[in-house]
Amino acid sequence: MNDTAMQLVLAAIVVVPLLGSVAALLPAPPGLRGKSPEQAVLRHGVTVTGVVFVLSLVLAAGFDHDHPATVQADTDISWIPALGIRLHLGIDGVSLPLLVLTALLTFLCAIYSYFNKPEGPSATAFVALLLVLESGMLATFAVLNLLLFFLAFEMVLIPMYFLIARWGGQQRTKAAWKFILYTLLGSVIMLLGFLLIGIKGGTFDMVALATDNGSNLSRSVQLIAVLAIGLGLAVKTPMWPLHSWLPDAHTAAPTVGSVLLAGVLLKMGTYGFVRLVLPVAPDAAHTYAPYLAAFGVVGIIYGSLACLALARTGAKGDLKRLIAYSSVGHMGFVLLGIATLTPTGLNGALFANIAHGLITGLLFFLVGALKDRTGTTDLDQLARGALYGKAPRLGGLLAFGAVASLGLPGLAGFWGEMLAMFGAFDPADGLSRPAFLAFMAVAGFGTLLTAAYLLVVVRRVCMGPHSGEVPKLPDVRGYEFAAWTPLVVLTVLGGLWPAALIGLTDPAVQKLLAGGR
Amino acid sequence: MSLVQSVDWVAIAAPVIAALAGLALLVADLFLPPERKHLLGWGAIAGLTAAALSLLPLVGDHRATFCLTDTPDVCSYRADGFTLVVQLLVFGGAVLTALLSVHDVKETGLPAGEFWFLLLSSVAGAALLPAARDFATLIIALETASLPAFALVGLRRGDRLSAEAALKFFLSSVVATAVMLLGVSFVYAASGSLHFDVIADGLAKTDPRLETLATVGVALTLVGFAFKTAAVPFHFWVPDTYVGAPVPIAAFLSAVGKAVGFTGLILVTLLAFPAYHDVWGPVVAVLAALTMTAGNVAAVRQRADAPHSAVRLLAWSSVAQAGYLLVPIAAAGWSDDPSRAVGSTLAYALMYAVVNLGAFAVVAATGSRRIADQRGLYAAHPLTALALAFFLVNLAGLPPGVIGLFGKVAVLGTAVDAGLGWLAVVMALNVVVGLYYYLRWTAQLFREPAKDAAKVRMPRVLGAATAVAAVVALALSGAPQLILKFADQALL
Repeated sequence: MNDTAMQLVLAAIVVVPLLGSVAALLPAPPGLRGKSPEQAVLRHGVTVTGVVFVLSLVLAAGFDHDHPATVQADTDISWIPALGIRLHLGIDGVSLPLLVLTALLTFLCAIYSYFNKPEGPSATAFVALLLVLESGMLATFAVLNLLLFFLAFEMVLIPMYFLIARWGGQQRTKAAWKFILYTLLGSVIMLLGFLLIGIKGGTFDMVALATDNGSNLSRSVQLIAVLAIGLGLAVKTPMWPLHSWLPDAHTAAPTVGSVLLAGVLLKMGTYGFVRLVLPVAPDAAHTYAPYLAAFGVVGIIYGSLACLALARTGAKGDLKRLIAYSSVGHMGFVLLGIATLTPTGLNGALFANIAHGLITGLLFFLVGALKDRTGTTDLDQLARGALYGKAPRLGGLLAFGAVASLGLPGLAGFWGEMLAMFGAFDPADGLSRPAFLAFMAVAGFGTLLTAAYLLVVVRRVCMGPHSGEVPKLPDVRGYEFAAWTPLVVLTVLGGLWPAALIGLTDPAVQKLLAGGR
Repeated sequence: MSLVQSVDWVAIAAPVIAALAGLALLVADLFLPPERKHLLGWGAIAGLTAAALSLLPLVGDHRATFCLTDTPDVCSYRADGFTLVVQLLVFGGAVLTALLSVHDVKETGLPAGEFWFLLLSSVAGAALLPAARDFATLIIALETASLPAFALVGLRRGDRLSAEAALKFFLSSVVATAVMLLGVSFVYAASGSLHFDVIADGLAKTDPRLETLATVGVALTLVGFAFKTAAVPFHFWVPDTYVGAPVPIAAFLSAVGKAVGFTGLILVTLLAFPAYHDVWGPVVAVLAALTMTAGNVAAVRQRADAPHSAVRLLAWSSVAQAGYLLVPIAAAGWSDDPSRAVGSTLAYALMYAVVNLGAFAVVAATGSRRIADQRGLYAAHPLTALALAFFLVNLAGLPPGVIGLFGKVAVLGTAVDAGLGWLAVVMALNVVVGLYYYLRWTAQLFREPAKDAAKVRMPRVLGAATAVAAVVALALSGAPQLILKFADQALL
C-alpha cells in the first residue's frame, strides 16, 4: 500500500472515533433508528469501533514488516507553531501492536455493551464517551510530538471519569475522583518534564529528540525532566507506591471500563517509558533504571501479597479488586523489563504489555459476566459456587484466564515475564549486575506468589462440593463467545508463536536503545 | 517649533468612538420613549462593533501619537501589536457583555441610558489603557475604566447586596489608586519623568541616594496594580462584588476588568521598570503562587446549594486564573526576551475572556445563580449544557478544551523557560485542584434533573451570546495558533 493511503488510514483511526462520538449525540437518521433509540446508538458504537478495528487491521497489513524500526505512515503537519506543536503521526513496531490491541479491545467492549446494556443513565452518553476514550487511547500510541502525546494522554481522563462515576458500582464517585485527580496530578508534572525537554532540546518532536539522543540536554536537565516525566508515567502504569488509585477505579468501574483501564490505559504509562524516556534522555534512564527496577519488583511482591490476602477464606475479598492488584504485579514485570535497558528486557516488557492487555481484559470480562449472573464479585460468596458444575464453559474460561495470567508456558503470559527476568539476568552495561540479579530472584519469587493466588481463586470459585440441587447458572452466551474468543485465541497464539510479535518490536527496540539511528 | 502635539486620529479612533457612542446614547436616552429604550442596547453594540472595526487599518502598523515636541520618539500613545491585541480583547468582551446586558437591562428595570453610558465609558478607558505610554495617561485610563464600573456594580437600586458590593469595590479600588499614585510620585521624583521610556533610562542610572525612594516607588506602584488584578492579599472584594453586581457586569469585570489590570502591570513592569526586574520579578512570582492557591482553595470550598454559588465560584476561580495570568509576567523578570514571555499572558487572557464570558452567559441564560439549580441542565437544554461543559473544561484545561489546555501549556512554558521551576510546580498542583471544582460543576449538568425542577425558558439573546462564545471557543480549540501566536512574538 502506498504511503499516502497509510497516512490517511492512520489519521482516520484517530479521527473516526471522534466524529463517531459527535454523531452519537445527534438523533439517528431514518433507516438507522433500529428498535429503540438506545439500541440504535449502541449499534452505532459497534459500527464505529468496528470500522476503526478494520482500519487498524488494514494498517497492520500495509505495514512494512521488513522495516519495523522505521516510522511508517508518517504525517507531519504544522498545527500550533507558537508552541512547536505539529500534528506528527506515525507508527513503528513498538506502537503498532498496541494500536491494534486498543482497537480490538474497544470493539469487543462495544459488542459486549450492545448485548449487555450498561446499567446507568442514557446509552447515548455511554457510546459517546467510549468513542472519545478510544480516540484518546489510539492517539497516545500514534502521535510523535511530546505535547500532542500529553493532549492524548489527558483526553482519556474525562470520558473515563464519567464512565466510572455514572456507570460504575459501589463507591463509584469516590473512585472516579481518585482516578482523575491522581492521574491528572501525575500528568501535569509530566508536562513540566516535557516542557523542560522541549525548551532545552529545542523541539517537541519525538523522532528528532530520539535522534539527538539527549545530546542537547545537559545531565541535570535530563535528570530533572525524567524525574517529572517518570512520575507521571509511573502513576499511570501504575508503579508501586503510586498505584493506590488503581484498585478503587478498577473495582468501581463498569466491566467495559475495567477492561479498557487494565487493557489499554495502563499501557500508556509503560509505552511512554519506552518511547520517551529511553531514547530522549538515555543518561537519566541509566541513572534511574535500578530504582525503577526496584520499585517494579516491590510492586510484583506487593501486588501478589495483596491478592493472596484478598483470596483468603473469610477475607471478603472482591474478585475485581484482586485482578486489579494482580495488574500492579504484572506491570511490575513490565517495569523490570524496561529498567534492564537491554533489547531482551524491553521486548519482554512490550510483550508482557500486550499479553496483559489480552489476559486481564478477558479476566475482567469474565468477572463482569459472573457479576451479572450471581450479582456479586465477593470471593466468599462466589466460593460457594462450584462454577465447573453450574456453568462449565464459564468456569473453564476463568481457569484459562487465571493460568494464562500466572504465566503458564505455552500461553501469552509466559514470554513477557520470562524475557523481562532474562533481561535482568544480564542488564545493560553500566548497571549493577548483582542488584539486577537480586531483582530477578525477587521477581521469580513473585511468579510463585502469582501462581499461588490465582490457583486459590480457581479452586475456590470453580471447584467445590457438588450439591445436586444448586440452580444452574446460564452458561456462556453467544455474544460473550464473540467478545471473548478473539482474546482467547490471541492468548494461545501469543504463547505458541511469540516471534510474530517480537519480530515486530525487536528492531524498533534496538533502534530506540541505539538512539534512534 | 510648534508647542502643540500632533494628533493621529486614526490611531486613537477606537477609544474615541467608544466614548462618543456612550455620550450619544446618554443623550438619545432623553428622547426615546420608554417602550423603545431597548434600542439603546443595540446602539451600544453597534458602537462597540464600529470601534472594533476601526482597529482594522492599524493591523501590522506601529503608530504613535501625542509625542513630545522636542523629543518626538517619546510618545504618550502607541498603537502597536500589544495595544491592538488588548483592544481586541476589550471590544470583544464588551460586545459579549452588551449582548448579555440587553436582556438584563430590560427585565430588571436598570436605567437604560445610564447603564449603556457607563458601560461604554468604562470600555473607552479600558481601550485607552494598553496604548498609554506615560503614567498620567495610564492612570487616567485606569480610572476611566474603573469609576463607571463602581456605578455599574451598584446600579441595582434598592438592592442591599448591590450597594454593599459597589461600596466594597469602590473603597478597595480607591485605596489602590491612592497607593499607586504615591508610588508613581516617588518614581517621578527619582527619575524625573512620567514617560515610561524616560523613566526606564532614569531608573537605570538613579542617584544612589535616591535608590531607596525609587525602590519604594516601584513597590507601591505594584501594590496598586495588585489591587486591580485582585491578586492576593488584595482579592477580598472580588466575590462580594461579583455577587452583588448584575451578572453581565460581573462577567465584564472578570474578563475586561481583569485584562485592564494585567495590561497596566505589563506596561509598568516591562516598559518603565526594566531596571528593577530583580524587585518586581520575585514579588510577582510570589503573588502569582499565592493568588492561584488562595483562589482555588476558596473555590473548592464553595457548596453547590449555597445561594449565588455559581457566581461565587466563578469569582473565586477568576482569582485563581489571575494567578496563572501573573506567571508569565513574573517569568519576564528573568527572561532575556521579556516581551515574548508576556505574550503568553495575552493569549491566556484572550482564551479566559472567551470561555469565562461564555460561562457567565449560561449562568445569565438559565437565570439561576446556584450551581445546584443547574442540575440536569442537559436534559432540558442539551446544547446549552454542552456549551457550559465545554467552557468549564476549558477553564480546567483538559481536553476537549484544547485551547484551555494549550493556554496553560504556554503559561507553564514561560515559567519553565525562565527557570522558575517552583512556580511551575505550584501552578501544576493548582491545575489539579481547579479541575476538581470545574468538573464537579460539569458533572452536575449531566445528572438526573431534580423532580421539582421547573423548565426554564431561555431568552433568545442570551442563547445567542452563549452560542457566540461557544463558536469562538470551538474555533480556537481547532486552531489554537490564532491566539497562541501572540505567545511567540514580541508585541511590545
